[in-house]
Amino acid sequence: MTINETQDQIISEFALLDGDMEMIVFYIMELGQKLPEMKVGDKSELNEVKGCQSKVWMTAHLDNDGIYFQADSNTAITKGLVSILVRIFNGQRPEDILNADLYFMKKIGMERFIGTQRSNGFGAMIKQIKLYALAFKTQLAAN
Amino acid sequence: MATLLAPVLNIQKIREEFPILDQQVNGKTLIYFDNAATNQKPKRVIEALSTYYEKYNANIHRGIHTLAEKATRAYEDTRLAMQEFIHAQNPEEIIFTRGVTESINLVASSYGRAFLKEGDEIILSGLEHHSNIVPWQMIAEERKAIIKVITITPSGEIDLDHYRQLLSPRTKIVAVNHASNSLGTINPIKEMIGMAHEVGAIVLIDGAQASAHLAIDVIDLDCEFYCISSHKMYGPTGTGILYGKKELLEKMPPYMGGGEMIKDVSFAKTTYNELPYKFEAGTPNIADVVALKEAVGFINQLGKENIAAHEHELLSYATQKLASLSSVRLIGTASKKVSVQSFVIEGIHPFDIGQMLDARGIAVRTGHHCTQPLMESFGLDGTVRASFAVYNTEEEIDVLIDGLKRIIAFLNK
Repeated sequence: MTINETQDQIISEFALLDGDMEMIVFYIMELGQKLPEMKVGDKSELNEVKGCQSKVWMTAHLDNDGIYFQADSNTAITKGLVSILVRIFNGQRPEDILNADLYFMKKIGMERFIGTQRSNGFGAMIKQIKLYALAFKTQLAAN
Repeated sequence: MATLLAPVLNIQKIREEFPILDQQVNGKTLIYFDNAATNQKPKRVIEALSTYYEKYNANIHRGIHTLAEKATRAYEDTRLAMQEFIHAQNPEEIIFTRGVTESINLVASSYGRAFLKEGDEIILSGLEHHSNIVPWQMIAEERKAIIKVITITPSGEIDLDHYRQLLSPRTKIVAVNHASNSLGTINPIKEMIGMAHEVGAIVLIDGAQASAHLAIDVIDLDCEFYCISSHKMYGPTGTGILYGKKELLEKMPPYMGGGEMIKDVSFAKTTYNELPYKFEAGTPNIADVVALKEAVGFINQLGKENIAAHEHELLSYATQKLASLSSVRLIGTASKKVSVQSFVIEGIHPFDIGQMLDARGIAVRTGHHCTQPLMESFGLDGTVRASFAVYNTEEEIDVLIDGLKRIIAFLNK
């Protein structure tokens, strides 16, 4: 699935929640609960995403030209939010991640339910993902 | 079934005085339990603000025209109202500041710079807000003074025996809060002030969490300084007072330079104005100061004892309901408290609880509440804090408890 196909899928899932804030929050947490467990040792300061109010850890590896992310957070909602990004970007090529336009955020009215502080944190997660993409792109070019 | 609340107050009628409460948040009726951060404003405060700007906005004290006179009188009337509110002896002992934080900074900076010497000691408690820690750290570093911290008991009370041990002739300043913002603990400040005086120390009280709930009598307390924020007592944001004993304030150098605080200025020498103006440099926050008088009027009209009685009922009700939830741990169980209850839920981060409650229109505070050392002493990085004001009801607490039950059920499934 392409980045945009996954975004469209997420948009239609959120549309079913009909703007009900409580349902949205519970749904986000449910998504987080489905995120594969991250190795305890990976939840280190080195892998911490800076700029989040909650603790967020992220690692990535390259497999067959696609990047795969592992992430976790100490709060359920943030874990849900990072799981959405993992779902969108997992398996995508560095180039596509770097060029991605994340229109789903506006379409699902994200800023309305995550607030300013979490918005900044979410921005930091996206930045971290793009940094990984840039690093792997450079690595691939060097090979 | 809700128990009968303090019958003296008609809470529904009081709620009508607060336009902000009548709204939907995330499709649900707003329940505002973040009163320890700031409480909401009654109509008379809001109207005083707009009336000031609509009818008599003018710069105070130096004008000879009618509007300036009217604005000056309104501003000074609030000083008298605050003097009466805390039973101070003289109006010039009431200095308008931006609030408690500025009041503490003023004292730390002005008094500290003039009187602290190397090796002098400042005693704080482990219950303090960062506002009553950082200004002292800054001046202690500058004057090479030493900060000592009173330990807190597991229930969240000041350990008076430890305080007694810390006091010595080296103690110059004791700075503690009247009531804790994180835990609600009401501290035995009168006793503590007496003990400090025995060793010749002066005492500053951070009254941020007390002004809307507890009777304040600075003469009876005999503290040297008492600090209040307007916005935590139904008044506007951005203003508050520093009460200081006149003889001390007179000895203290000005804190900021500018207009209003001077008598004569020449490039050779400036002479400073008298109290309280010496400490009120620049055009003050006139509108908010003027409206603060209405907040005092609101509290006086209801009666602080009546407000306290209602809030106490709410606190007891909430505490009992929260304690009945098996995974909830109450943080702060002192015997005397203002209407603040902190808690944590096993396995669920306070941020998640805060956001899930917000989705149901319930405003609580989550995090360290600007008391990181206190949180550390409890081994926590934060709590959920529900804090109640006179307009809150037991029915609202029921909605909170119901919301928490749903969260616990969802996340522990």
